[in-house]
Amino acid sequence: MTSTLTISGLTKQFAGVTALSDVTLSVAPGERVALLGHNGAGKSTMMKIILGLIPQTAGQVTVCSAAPGSAAARAQVAYLPENAAFHPALTGLEQMRHYLALRGEPATAALPLLEQVGLGAAARRRIGTYSKGMRQRVGLAQALIGSPRLLVLDEPTSGLDPVSRRDFYALLDGLAARGASILLSSHALTEVEARTDRILILSKGRLVAEGPLADLRRQAALPVALHVTPRAGAELDLPGAVAVGGALHLTCAQDEKLALLARITAMGDAVADLEVLPPSLEDIYSHFSQRAGQ
Amino acid sequence: MIRRILATAACEFRISLRNRWVSIAVALMGLFSLVLAAAGSAPTGGLGVDRLSVIVASLTSLGVYLVPLLALLMSFDAIAGEAERGTLPLLLTYPVARTEVLVGKMLAHLAVLALACGTGYGLAAVAALSSDPGAVAGLPALIRLFWTSVLLGATFISVGYALSALSRRPSGAAGLAIGLWLGLVVLYDLGLLAAVVADNGGWFTLNAFPLALLANPADAFRLYNLAASEATAAAAGVAGASATIPPWQSLASVLLWPLLVLALAVLGFRRVTP
Repeated sequence: MTSTLTISGLTKQFAGVTALSDVTLSVAPGERVALLGHNGAGKSTMMKIILGLIPQTAGQVTVCSAAPGSAAARAQVAYLPENAAFHPALTGLEQMRHYLALRGEPATAALPLLEQVGLGAAARRRIGTYSKGMRQRVGLAQALIGSPRLLVLDEPTSGLDPVSRRDFYALLDGLAARGASILLSSHALTEVEARTDRILILSKGRLVAEGPLADLRRQAALPVALHVTPRAGAELDLPGAVAVGGALHLTCAQDEKLALLARITAMGDAVADLEVLPPSLEDIYSHFSQRAGQ
Repeated sequence: MIRRILATAACEFRISLRNRWVSIAVALMGLFSLVLAAAGSAPTGGLGVDRLSVIVASLTSLGVYLVPLLALLMSFDAIAGEAERGTLPLLLTYPVARTEVLVGKMLAHLAVLALACGTGYGLAAVAALSSDPGAVAGLPALIRLFWTSVLLGATFISVGYALSALSRRPSGAAGLAIGLWLGLVVLYDLGLLAAVVADNGGWFTLNAFPLALLANPADAFRLYNLAASEATAAAAGVAGASATIPPWQSLASVLLWPLLVLALAVLGFRRVTP
């Protein structure tokens, strides 16, 4: 199956500043890919190039077998901008009908789409009266119009409450199951962790890491943290451990983990509790960003 | 393509309605037209022309100021406003061409302007006809005034779009629009007048002056309406010049300007990167 999105050697310079440097990646149909990076790492720039809003300095980008920004590409790509904005004088329903007309879809789809994102009751109110989260949902509703083959979502869950976020990812799962490719950027690393197939880490315009979370975790080889709680009055012999609020915190390399666990369990009754904390996505993200010199 | 243009036009018209632009434009044109109709009722008998023709001459002078102003006020925000609100990037990812967006907006803004002019001129016609049955003779001139007003509006609406694309920010576009209005509609004629006076019947007055009038869409609009109208005698200012310029030339200027400026606006919009 051919990729929905192919990028090779993508470079973008703004007045001498390099925003993207030799980025190569591809997104397959039905794949959910998360794009992570600091502010200014080049995420939004990359999205704008994929959408054809700005031209690249060098490199090739192919979107649904067409050039980015071409009529053929735009017909198959949906976009949700960071801080989605709409004309405040229009109602949610009117705005959706307009977007449907631009995509050649029937206007009757407007209300069901708004209901799908939980805005059915507010559909006839002006967008000027909406909260940020509600505007974000209008943005999401318009991204669902038709059957986009690629969804480009810039910080899609900012402004959404935890329940809405869960609903949002459920919607994405449905789209991906029908073959749509999803490229989203996010700061909320924990939600990305559970809901995407692959992670891309951008740092200073370079793609510093790419792959499923498990692979990245292995590559990073970050130490595992252990929290050991001794039974009252018991003394534990754990070199390098730091006492934090009645518990002992210590770290070890991945390959030493089992040996250390065996030692702790051998202490028997002296140990009241034991927690093993694998490196979080935050740790992995910092690791790859820092290695790239941030 | 037609569907996307009409959808954009419908959406823009609704926004103009909500922003009170429709009511402001209609009220303004209606009020000024009625005032002119009332003021223009006095001198009719002596000139030997019907009342409506006299009113058309006054409305032409009004239209030359008011139509470009309304057109610019409605249009300066079209691109810069979308850019500032942050709605432009999303719109440009839709399968709609930038030309379609501009033409759609243009249709909506022209409809508002046509509604305003139609109401104003219509009220003036009713006022004239109610007191002078002979005013029917002035109706062709009024109808000509209506469609040339819409064309003049189209030129300045496109000018507004071009400035909007150029400045990227609504405040900048507004400043440019007001400056351009002042320059083309007010100062341009004053400058020409001063040049004619200084020239005292020389080369400028004979050769450059008619061309300078045709080059300005507002002056061409006034020239065409006054030249084609029976009531030239009732008008003042550049009216004297209308005798030397054949109406087809001023008509050509009125017809060509909207197309030319719209093409410029489209070029300007194409260069905007959100």
